[in-house]
Amino acid sequence: MSYLPFAVAAWLFAVGLYGIVTSRHLIHLVICLSVLQSSTYVLLLAIGYRTGASAPIFVEIPPGAPVVDPVVQALTLTNSVVAATVSALLLALAVQVHKKAGTFDPDELDILHG
Amino acid sequence: MRVLLPLSVAVPLVAAALLLAAPQSWVRRGFDAFAVAAAGSVMVICSVLLAGSTREPMVYWFGGWLPEGGVALGLVLVAEPIALALATLAAFLVTASLVYSWHFFDTTGNLFHVLMLVFLGAMIGFCLTGDFFSLFVFFELMSVAAFSLAGYKVEEEGSLQGALNFAVINSIGAFLVLSGIALVYGRTGALNLAQIGESLAGAPVDGLVITAFVFLIAGYFVKAAVVPFHFWLPDTYAAAPTPVCVLFAGIFNVLGLYAIARTYWTMFDGVLGAELVNLRTIMVGAGAVTAILGALMCWPQRHIKRLLGFSTVSHVGMFLIGLGLFSPVAFAGTIVYLMTDGLVRGSLFLCAGILLHRLRSVDELGCDGLGRSIPFTGILFLLGGLGLAGLPPFGTFVGRALIGEEAARLGFPWVTYLMVAVSVLTAAPVLRAGARVFWGFGPGADYNHRSEAEGDEEEPETTEAHETTPPLMWVTAAALLGVSLVAGLVPDLPVRLVPAAELFLDRGAYADLVLRGVTPHKLPLPPGAPLLEGAVTGVIAALAAVVAAAIGLWHAKLPASIRDSITRSLGPAFGGVRALHSGHVGDYVAWLTVGVAVLGGLLAATLG
Repeated sequence: MSYLPFAVAAWLFAVGLYGIVTSRHLIHLVICLSVLQSSTYVLLLAIGYRTGASAPIFVEIPPGAPVVDPVVQALTLTNSVVAATVSALLLALAVQVHKKAGTFDPDELDILHG
Repeated sequence: MRVLLPLSVAVPLVAAALLLAAPQSWVRRGFDAFAVAAAGSVMVICSVLLAGSTREPMVYWFGGWLPEGGVALGLVLVAEPIALALATLAAFLVTASLVYSWHFFDTTGNLFHVLMLVFLGAMIGFCLTGDFFSLFVFFELMSVAAFSLAGYKVEEEGSLQGALNFAVINSIGAFLVLSGIALVYGRTGALNLAQIGESLAGAPVDGLVITAFVFLIAGYFVKAAVVPFHFWLPDTYAAAPTPVCVLFAGIFNVLGLYAIARTYWTMFDGVLGAELVNLRTIMVGAGAVTAILGALMCWPQRHIKRLLGFSTVSHVGMFLIGLGLFSPVAFAGTIVYLMTDGLVRGSLFLCAGILLHRLRSVDELGCDGLGRSIPFTGILFLLGGLGLAGLPPFGTFVGRALIGEEAARLGFPWVTYLMVAVSVLTAAPVLRAGARVFWGFGPGADYNHRSEAEGDEEEPETTEAHETTPPLMWVTAAALLGVSLVAGLVPDLPVRLVPAAELFLDRGAYADLVLRGVTPHKLPLPPGAPLLEGAVTGVIAALAAVVAAAIGLWHAKLPASIRDSITRSLGPAFGGVRALHSGHVGDYVAWLTVGVAVLGGLLAATLG
């Protein structure tokens, strides 16, 4: 089992964070959040991966044959549903902010401070 | 009885779905009545379960997938008293805010009610679930409902920006939690909390365990709004609709703390228990920093809802101290404190909502004396302020006294003083604002000295200022305050809670209950601790808060030399801390990253 997937997950998390911190556009920011979230997909799938195993569909494979962990795949699926909800909501908020404030730039949204 | 357990989660969710399917042609009162009835019945279900669970904790396995030989495949709900107490509080607060919003919104439609019910169902599921991934799903469901509710006023810029910051920061927190869950699953191959606990117990404390623990705690810290993960909170609370603020202040943050306790005591106690002393120091330290920073930020606020937001941050810090002592007595004290304090803060938010309804503003200086026409709300507001200070018989003094005593026993004698000082500092600005707005105390508003966040930028939830206040609004505020008051009058309340807290903190008993169906034997009630000292402290704190509020109102009368030295010594520090709360989501995420790094560094250094 290589460490590569875990490094990829950590990288995705880090670039997602960097993108959000430095973002100058709300839509870009929401996409960065999706990138960050994709690190959790990679992490989950890497944890359930087994070298040489097949997909966990028990119709055409002999009993006892190695399969990858179906639990983490179910978790990833649930997680992506959550991600879609959050992204949709955030994009709607961003559009509404643009309507009201006339800008997508977080630097210019400053009525909440102090 | 057992069948009520899944119903407590299903009823609000099904009711929400039915309400959404209802024809839009229904009159508004139809939606109101249906939602109140649904939330009220959930409250009844939760209280019945709470009463039952104090006699005998229960578990419910979905689909009859019982655990075999300590291995659990099914999903489980666990009914034990602490979780149910929080679930009951959630149902009570949702019912109260639905009753309150009966007259609050002028808009029609059912979406607000649907979101509130989904929020309720998610909170109850979050409290009761015994499965790690369900915990995450309910965490997310609760968050998404909360994001939408925070941004409900889509015509208002502040509300939208608050909701956006809230959603981004809390989503990152949720991903941290999910990464933690994934790592724990990778190590144990289990998702059932009890089974994970058994699997982790006795394992070596290695990098993976520490990393998972850091991710989980950091994620929950975001939800609980512990410094430096707290930046989203004041923005969101200042702009969210008032009935929603009640839920945020009363239960939402608290559930983040609950998740920390649940995670530690069911899973990590077996592996990290040996390092409890270090862990305790870190948690108490984080709590103290949060309490102090929140209290200092309260003082300069003139936007009343934002002020209450910072007081929430500050009090969360105190709850974290109680929780972080990792002892049953302190935990019982924390539960009393957070429930009674949440009710008081909820009531204060409702009073602020009445102001908004009546005057279209919650700006302390702008409303100077304008609240004279609603003195009864003013009295409730001042009582709430005294409740924050821990004046007996508000239940807040009981919780604070228990935490303080236990902290002193465990080697943190300064905790009592810190908590009293912090409650004084959070109560005083509330009393100051109340005295100014409802009675016109203090000199007239000095408009040359405008601070950044003013209360009158906020669009009221109703279209115009109202001449009268519907009785339902102040009755709800009075009810919340009353329950908090009655809780303090229950004799030996902490004594009754200690056995429940001991059960919560007993990993073995939890695992026996969930995995083997063994009902824990009833623990004897400990002898009652005299709370006289705590009551005296409470009176002193309340008096100190009144004095501090008077200083805040009439500070212009202080000798110039004293004022100058205060401005010189504290001014730059206040200015610096306030400047950090920039309202910029990128800054907040940067602070979150710093927080994770610091927490990770501390835990790795002390546990590894």
